[in-house]
Amino acid sequence: MSKTSITYLEAIRLAQQKALAEDPRVFIYGQDIGGFGGAFKATKNLAKEFPGRVLDAPISEDAMVGLAIGAAVEGMRPIVEMQFADFSTCGFNQIVNQAATLHYRTGTPCPIVVRLPSGGTPGSGPFHSQSMEAIYAHYPGIVVMTPATVEDAYTMLLEAVALDDPVIFCEHKFLYYHLKAEKLPGEALPFGKARITRPGRDATVVAYGAMVHEAVAAAEELSHDGYDIEVVDLRTVRPIDTDTILASVARTGRLLVVGESWPWGGVAAEVISRVATEGFGLLDAPPQRLNAKETPVPYHPALWGTHRPTASSVANSLRQLLEL
Amino acid sequence: MTKSSTAAPEAKGAKGGKKKTAPSAPKGKGTVGTPGATVSKELARRAYRSMLEARLLEEKLAALYRSGKIVGGVFLGRGQEALSVALGVHLRRGDVYAPLIRDQAGRLAFGDTILDTLRTYLGSSLGSMRGRDGNIHRGRPSEGYHAMISHLGAMVSTVCGGLMAKRFRGETGAVGATCIGEGGTSTGSFHEGMNMAAVEKLPLVVVVANNQFSYSTPNDRQFACGDLMARAEGYGVTGRRAVGNDLVDCLAVLGEAVAAARAGKGPQLVVADLLRLVGHGEHDDASYIPSALKKSPLGRDCLEIARESLLEHEWLTAKEAADWHAAVEKEVEETASKVLREPAPDPSEEDWNAFSALGRNGEEAR
Ligand SMILES: Cc1ncc(C[n+]2csc(CCOP(=O)(O)OP(=O)(O)O)c2C)c(N)n1
Ligand SMILES: [Mg+2]
Repeated sequence: MSKTSITYLEAIRLAQQKALAEDPRVFIYGQDIGGFGGAFKATKNLAKEFPGRVLDAPISEDAMVGLAIGAAVEGMRPIVEMQFADFSTCGFNQIVNQAATLHYRTGTPCPIVVRLPSGGTPGSGPFHSQSMEAIYAHYPGIVVMTPATVEDAYTMLLEAVALDDPVIFCEHKFLYYHLKAEKLPGEALPFGKARITRPGRDATVVAYGAMVHEAVAAAEELSHDGYDIEVVDLRTVRPIDTDTILASVARTGRLLVVGESWPWGGVAAEVISRVATEGFGLLDAPPQRLNAKETPVPYHPALWGTHRPTASSVANSLRQLLEL
Repeated sequence: MTKSSTAAPEAKGAKGGKKKTAPSAPKGKGTVGTPGATVSKELARRAYRSMLEARLLEEKLAALYRSGKIVGGVFLGRGQEALSVALGVHLRRGDVYAPLIRDQAGRLAFGDTILDTLRTYLGSSLGSMRGRDGNIHRGRPSEGYHAMISHLGAMVSTVCGGLMAKRFRGETGAVGATCIGEGGTSTGSFHEGMNMAAVEKLPLVVVVANNQFSYSTPNDRQFACGDLMARAEGYGVTGRRAVGNDLVDCLAVLGEAVAAARAGKGPQLVVADLLRLVGHGEHDDASYIPSALKKSPLGRDCLEIARESLLEHEWLTAKEAADWHAAVEKEVEETASKVLREPAPDPSEEDWNAFSALGRNGEEAR
């Protein structure tokens, strides 16, 4: 591996390159992903390197996912790239009714990966900013991954391809270019295991995706006031690593869950529900959540910056939690 | 089985595949056009004015994007103004219009303004979208001007719904119209909407701007039917072809299509070949479009063609053309500097509520 730093986006490209190189069953299907290399360049040069295996799809998300499911039944390992997570709603029926139910109904696994360029960036507005992990995680049978680091983006995508279940891979656009690593890891945490990104003893923040970085920044801010905040990165939201969360809350006694998507029926709600039912006695204060405001994701950067949780709003929520 | 009266009776070239070329207009006559349709001097002038406004406004939008004043994507319609305006200019109040990505010209002809366009792109709190949505996703639905969502194909059925409402209320004479790129015709939503419109025989006009590429994807990776006009017969709607970069032809064909829809002849599918003369968005250099294609007749700039034909018909003088250019340029510049000084939305003033009838995110009545 070269010494130059690798972005989160490049890690996704390299994981796909490795998957294509090592497994002849892998192919990638998505709009503008061939010669053009994808809207974000996550498949740059792959069509050239792997002729006939990185294919431009028509603007037909339902059919793209359906094709992947059919190919998976025949033993292939398809990766579908949605141009933006938001457009996966046009393939929703195939994902939640066909991919999610296939194994339960028939005993035949459905090893597809659907890559969702997710989350908000300034100026992207209601239809190019969505975080859809909760809606897909709601359906039994679907694995939902939300990598927050370059290393995880790489190893988890390879895990996703190897897994026999359908995986919704929520790669965060806000991290695509910002986040860099020196090299790619040889090893990874076990599948489905959360990570203690930052150890602490005064409160636990559970986050995933881009929010992990806002949580870490908030924890740094509070460290100046003498607080020691633990940050747990879920990595996969389904399966969810309740054990790691409970162990953290056992140490800190306080819980804040941060999610970029909406609170209603979301991942934060699920985490709090689990801690309340399985770890009530561990809590010194009512568990809290911080999510996006309950409107579509706004266009103007000033509105967007208030709509989503940020380091400063996470820090405010933490201060309140520490006083409860 | 009786053949549907709307099933492609006027489809030109749907089978033969012979492409249409622009009609050469006789000079000096007041109107020109294909049989059954006329283009008046007044209509052509209005259309040209909107095209010019769209072009100069979009050049300003591109400059504002480059200087970092517009955050987010900028998707322009350069090269597609003739087709776009030809639809917008034939619509009137009471019609339902859902323009798409490359329809700045049609929007202005329908009644949108340079001011509100700039306000929307720049996120001014005084704009119709109040900074909540931006760029091409603007509209005033209660005035028949729908605000597109990004998901391609979705607006076809939405316009059908507006037309159904008018039918339920016994209102006649209105048409509904929307536009889409050839790539968007591959969506399930597009097919469902077209089929539904045909079943209900709605007065719907759908314009397909076949600019040969869907972002980077050429047509041979998008559809295999060769000619999208052929789909009209499959849907059971009337198909028509326009020369996409020829304003006079577009005006004539869209005039016929809108008139036929208004007259109760059912959905109209208008297909026009052209090229976009910009990237997919301003971030894109469109290097995937072969230069031979750019140099072909398809790549000719519709604004220049329009100007030439208006001069040729003596519908516009060279002096008027120059005066209009200067006036529009001035209006765009002045409006932009005004909007740049307008207040941005204030997050602390927002109610952060997505519900109309309910307060506090649906937890109480307003
Ligand atoms: C359902 C859906 N999938 C993907 C996209 C992303 N997207 C935006 S524009 C575009 C290309 C559209 O091509 P075309 O319809 O030919 O219109 P053009 O851009 O050429 O005017 C794509 C794929 C989208 N908007 N909607
Ligand atoms: Mg196109």
